[in-house]
Amino acid sequence: MFAKTTSRIAIAAAAGMLLAAPAVAQSRTNLQIAGSSTVLPFASIVAEEFGQAFPEFDTPVVASGGSSGGLRQFCAGVGAETIDIANASRPIKTSEIEACAAAGVTDIREIRIGYDGIVFASSADGAEFALEPRFVYQAIAANLPEGMAQPTMWSDIDPSLPEQRIVMAIPASNHGTREVFEEKVIFPGCEAVMGEDTDHEVCGELRQDNVTEIAGDYTETLARLAADTDTMGVFGLSFYEQNTDTLRVATMEGVTPSLETVASGEYPVSRPLFFYVKGEHIGVIPGIEEYVQFFMSDMMTGMGGRLEEAGLIPAPDAERAEVLENFTNGVSVAQ
Amino acid sequence: MTDLAQTATGAPANEAEANARRRAQVRRSLARRNRAETRFKMLGLGSVLAAMAFVAILFGNILSNGLPAFWQFTLETEITFDPEVINVPDRPVRQAGQSDADYQAEMLGWQRRLAMVNWNRLLIAGVESAMAEDGVTTEIDARSAQSIIDSGARFVLRDMVIADPSIIGQTRRLNLLLSADGDNWAKEKLSRNLPDERQQLSRPARDVIDALMESGSVHRSFAWHIFTNVDSRSSPASAGLAGAFMGSFYMMLVVLLLAVPIGVASAIYLEEFAPKNRVTDLIEVNINNLAAVPSIVFGLLGAAVFINIFHLPLSAPLVGGLVLTLMTLPTVIIATRSSLRAVPPSLRQAALGIGASKTQMVFHHVLPVTYPGILTASILGVAQALGETAPLLLIGMNAFVANIPATPLDQSAALPVQIYLWQGNENRNFFEERTFAAIIVLLALMILLNALAIWLRSRLERKA
Repeated sequence: MFAKTTSRIAIAAAAGMLLAAPAVAQSRTNLQIAGSSTVLPFASIVAEEFGQAFPEFDTPVVASGGSSGGLRQFCAGVGAETIDIANASRPIKTSEIEACAAAGVTDIREIRIGYDGIVFASSADGAEFALEPRFVYQAIAANLPEGMAQPTMWSDIDPSLPEQRIVMAIPASNHGTREVFEEKVIFPGCEAVMGEDTDHEVCGELRQDNVTEIAGDYTETLARLAADTDTMGVFGLSFYEQNTDTLRVATMEGVTPSLETVASGEYPVSRPLFFYVKGEHIGVIPGIEEYVQFFMSDMMTGMGGRLEEAGLIPAPDAERAEVLENFTNGVSVAQ
Repeated sequence: MTDLAQTATGAPANEAEANARRRAQVRRSLARRNRAETRFKMLGLGSVLAAMAFVAILFGNILSNGLPAFWQFTLETEITFDPEVINVPDRPVRQAGQSDADYQAEMLGWQRRLAMVNWNRLLIAGVESAMAEDGVTTEIDARSAQSIIDSGARFVLRDMVIADPSIIGQTRRLNLLLSADGDNWAKEKLSRNLPDERQQLSRPARDVIDALMESGSVHRSFAWHIFTNVDSRSSPASAGLAGAFMGSFYMMLVVLLLAVPIGVASAIYLEEFAPKNRVTDLIEVNINNLAAVPSIVFGLLGAAVFINIFHLPLSAPLVGGLVLTLMTLPTVIIATRSSLRAVPPSLRQAALGIGASKTQMVFHHVLPVTYPGILTASILGVAQALGETAPLLLIGMNAFVANIPATPLDQSAALPVQIYLWQGNENRNFFEERTFAAIIVLLALMILLNALAIWLRSRLERKA
């Protein structure tokens, strides 16, 4: 008897679930966000504060997955089962805009939330590094000019560098950080070492023996550093600032990365952070406009705001105002 | 063999000699056999000891890392609900004849006004009043004072006002959580010798915490909020497991409701009713294979079927539960079939012999005997599903959710995924401990479930 009645309940439950499914998908009441793990801490803080500040909206759900992963989900189509906002630590690519368009997403509104520095950090117990893009290139590039031996120690590259094995943990290509790392460090370094007009494909080829690509988040990079203290890791400035007790940051072209030097543009390796809003969902999923307004308010992304405390480098007021204006005017990057 | 043959047929004169030879041989081999036995016993004991040592190291490591997280530092201080700071109109009262929607809109407006109040001013005043009470005279700027208290305290104060607006203008003695950085400092997780620029808190904030710890205003309290709060990134010190717990609870409910009845029903059919032919053989082989499929494959399947085809919501415990059901089903089927097979055929024959139908035989006589086995298998299957992480990552359950799910269709985290998320939090100093605390909670639940299985089995077996 037991099995008979329970299986009847189970069948009813299963049938009910399948019938209920489309109705549920239509009536999502909270924002769904995914993407860059660099933006994730900022977006989560805003999401949480948003939920507290607007009692009429549910707290948005923020997932990770990297800039590329987030934008892929974003471009999956229109409808409540797709995400509303994609976080990205790099601008959207033309190929992604095309993929979006193919799935019916044409109203893609870009919000630039502020800036983040990319820092090179090693174990706090290790030596100090004063890096230049060309040093980094020489250390890990697969292609060096003829007659230049591949170095094994940092001191092989330049006598000013410490005598330490070259081991680097860099973000894998699913991270937006990787692109900035290549553009702001590897390519300039390549041009300095290999000559001005070297093909970027040649420049971008990295050694396999001393480079580890990290597909996870920065804690994974941190774990590498703990396991092999010779490792030099690539981190976001905001992550470094939370872990200053275990990490020692390297200077780049003589500039120490900090909120001030990145904001002023002195520190060369920095990038803007973004999120992309699906215009088609505005008015369908409640709270999108309010979320964007709240995100770009002084309280959150302004000077002295909540996100500056968390390590985001605020954009000037005029720039934030312009971003908001473009959003309200419905300016889409797809046009 | 040859010796034995010889003694059986050999001459009596040789008998004594043969006996002696045999005895010597047995003695020789006895020593060898004893040695082999001792060796094996030692090896077995060694393995058990090694396994125990590993378990002890594991548990010792988890407990020593995670237990401190259950006690967090709090600041006991007077908070004055200053009406000048909390400058809001009276809480709306429902007028006679006012519609539900109107009242709710008015209430929302009032709550929004409260959300805009600068609660930090009350918190800073609270730190200052604790300092004045204890005679701490360190100069501290507002920002440093604010950095001592967890920012989640803002919402604690706000909720107190929402619950009882008459509190405005009064002073209450409260225990406020220290911020994550403050807790790290008080627990001495960072070396105190690090220079200022490598510390997370400013020097005055650190000095004030030290002074207040000395006078007893800052002290450890049991962190109940780990069980009652949801995850938080904005105020990490108050992050808790409530959302993840409810998410896991709903998933286990779905698994129990689907995997057990479907698994038991298919096992009964296959074992008792199905003809033995090539088709059922094939099914049997496939069920055994399914049980060995890595769980991440079920996650991929779930993402493809439940989310892309049925359009069920991402990160919902319902989808998680369905995926885990797929994973648990083969386990339940196999375990139920083996307990059915263990029922002696005499029981079946006796039932059939006195005229019971096959269904009556199964449900009245065979199934009751197998309850202990089925229950144990179900509970162990659920326990296994409770700890599963990989498939959940693929259906979006690794999102940051700051809500307690009200239904299985709301987005939610799950306990094992919460461990994964906390492990990846950028505030390593604080969340390392918290990660282990979450592991302790998950392990405690597992042990509880397993204990329940053992207790139920012994109880039911005694009855049967």
